Amino acid sequence: MSKLEIKNLHVTVDTEQGTKEILKGVDLVIKSGESHAIMGPNGSGKSTLAYTIAGHPKYTVTQGEILLDGEDVLEMSVDERARAGLFLAMQYPVEIPGVSVSNFLRTAKTAIDGEAPALRTWIKDVKGAMENLKMDSTFTERNVNEGFSGGEKKRHEILQMELLKPKFAVLDETDSGLDVDALKIVSEGVNRAKESNEFGLLLITHYTRILKYIKPDFVHVFVAGKIAEQGGPELADRLEAEGYDRYVLA
Amino acid sequence: MTATTQTAQHGLSEHSHGAGVPIQTRYERLRSTNVADFPPVSPREEQWRYLSADRLAGLDADELAEFIGDLAVTHTDGVTTAWVGEDNAAFGGAGIPEERPSAAAWGSAKQAYLVTLPGNQKSEAQIALSSESADPSAIHIIIEAKPFAEATVILDHKGHAVLGENVEIIVGDEAQLTVISIQDWDDKSVHASTQMARLGRNSRLKHLVVSLGGKVVRVASSTEFTQPGGDTEMLGLYFADAGQYLENRLYIDHAVPNCKSRVTYKGALQGEKAHTVWVGDVLIRMAAEGTDSYELNRNLLLTDGARADSVPNLEIETGKIEGAGHASASGRFDDEQLFYLQARGITEIEARRLVVRGFLNEIIQQIDNEEIRERLSDSIEAELARSGS
Repeated sequence: MSKLEIKNLHVTVDTEQGTKEILKGVDLVIKSGESHAIMGPNGSGKSTLAYTIAGHPKYTVTQGEILLDGEDVLEMSVDERARAGLFLAMQYPVEIPGVSVSNFLRTAKTAIDGEAPALRTWIKDVKGAMENLKMDSTFTERNVNEGFSGGEKKRHEILQMELLKPKFAVLDETDSGLDVDALKIVSEGVNRAKESNEFGLLLITHYTRILKYIKPDFVHVFVAGKIAEQGGPELADRLEAEGYDRYVLA
Repeated sequence: MTATTQTAQHGLSEHSHGAGVPIQTRYERLRSTNVADFPPVSPREEQWRYLSADRLAGLDADELAEFIGDLAVTHTDGVTTAWVGEDNAAFGGAGIPEERPSAAAWGSAKQAYLVTLPGNQKSEAQIALSSESADPSAIHIIIEAKPFAEATVILDHKGHAVLGENVEIIVGDEAQLTVISIQDWDDKSVHASTQMARLGRNSRLKHLVVSLGGKVVRVASSTEFTQPGGDTEMLGLYFADAGQYLENRLYIDHAVPNCKSRVTYKGALQGEKAHTVWVGDVLIRMAAEGTDSYELNRNLLLTDGARADSVPNLEIETGKIEGAGHASASGRFDDEQLFYLQARGITEIEARRLVVRGFLNEIIQQIDNEEIRERLSDSIEAELARSGS
């Protein structure tokens, strides 16, 4: 059983207009096997939270802490965090020209596990995971994210999550830009990975539609850099009906 | 990649370029085998804008020594080799010098090493030049692919040298030739190489220049189409370290109709005063209707203190072409790529390696020879390791 704790997290970002505080005291605890949804309007700081957990250099933590099983995550480099068991499925995955998906996946798996995966089982695992996500087998020969459609990029993120088996996965608006079929396939992938790996899930989304497929245990409403309200799955239904206006106007 | 990107696509209208193009029309440049016809190397000349005469270490002198060192050749059956004088028909068969160091080397190397690749069969030759001499010296090599030849020639430069070199590449009608020139000198070497290709009817040339080692390495490569249906692919890969100067100059002369040219050069730079220059001249003459041309240069700057100059020049005298375009981009290492890879557990060093290898892979993948491919991959690994990045 693992635990990811976020305590009183304050984060700033440097903009052309000077330093701006985006997160203003976030508290959140996620345990293995739990699914948390963070919902909120645009600009509320949802993605900032995701990137801060992963360690993107653009964001500066000014106060508070992030602990993974008691270890100080903020002291770790980006790759150390990943090796410690944190995973971020990105909203805008970048292209890496000339680096094939197969090379990339194997390199990442080797880095996470500290040793190269046994070739035969690895090829089988990759193939199986790709079939589940309805990805063509030639996909591994393509360069990472190069010329991928929006849906392909998201499937590729989920494929990595399945193969790298993190302790905690943060999904940053994985549902955005997906049509209904793709949303279903991606959601099934998340559920399958969660079932087999028992990881903690932090699902960041603007809309409620992905929550029809991935059932959260907890829903947190994120407004102006902090959690404005939290509850069970019923909170998502209420947001679906009422929208965010109530929070934004308040 | 970030930073400056310029792309241009030139369609069916006549095109004039404005600033950045030499005042003269490209084909009006002086050509001569006599070094005395050329003025001293000076930054006032477009060709020597980036490289001062003193850095040529004497290669611009009136006279050079003959090449001192080893010339080891291996080849498949049917390939012939010989030292020939200027009475041989192949001598000057691909063109004559248009720069002072090239003319100096031409006059100083009394004989040329002629490698003849037979027609109607596949053949291969490897020419390994190695030297330990610091005296400015000259060599002249002629690679002749007979009509209907299918051949690959690898020209490998190793050791220590101050070398002026002319390489003539004659591609006969319907022949298919690949020439790979590797510059892998020690870090004190100075090398000025002129590689001139002349293409016959429906022939195809793949020319690849790989510059890794050497203090100053300048390779001026040109393709001249003499008959319709020619196709040239000019590729380059370079990796400059601190203090290293690597220059590549291209000239493609579309003098006849319906020929195709593609130029793709990619370079990586790291360290203080690592400097690369790429200049790509493409001339599409009045007669060259149906020309299809595109040139691309990309540079990846891995550290501060490195400089990449990239200058595409396109001169078009006819509007009746298939297409002509160029793209040039020099950018710093993309931090978002690093973040993405690190977020998957890959260390920063390994992530940098992946990105650089990936960047240069487009060129390396073009090499059919497994041994050479591996050697280049290893060399690039070594370059990256040297940076300790």
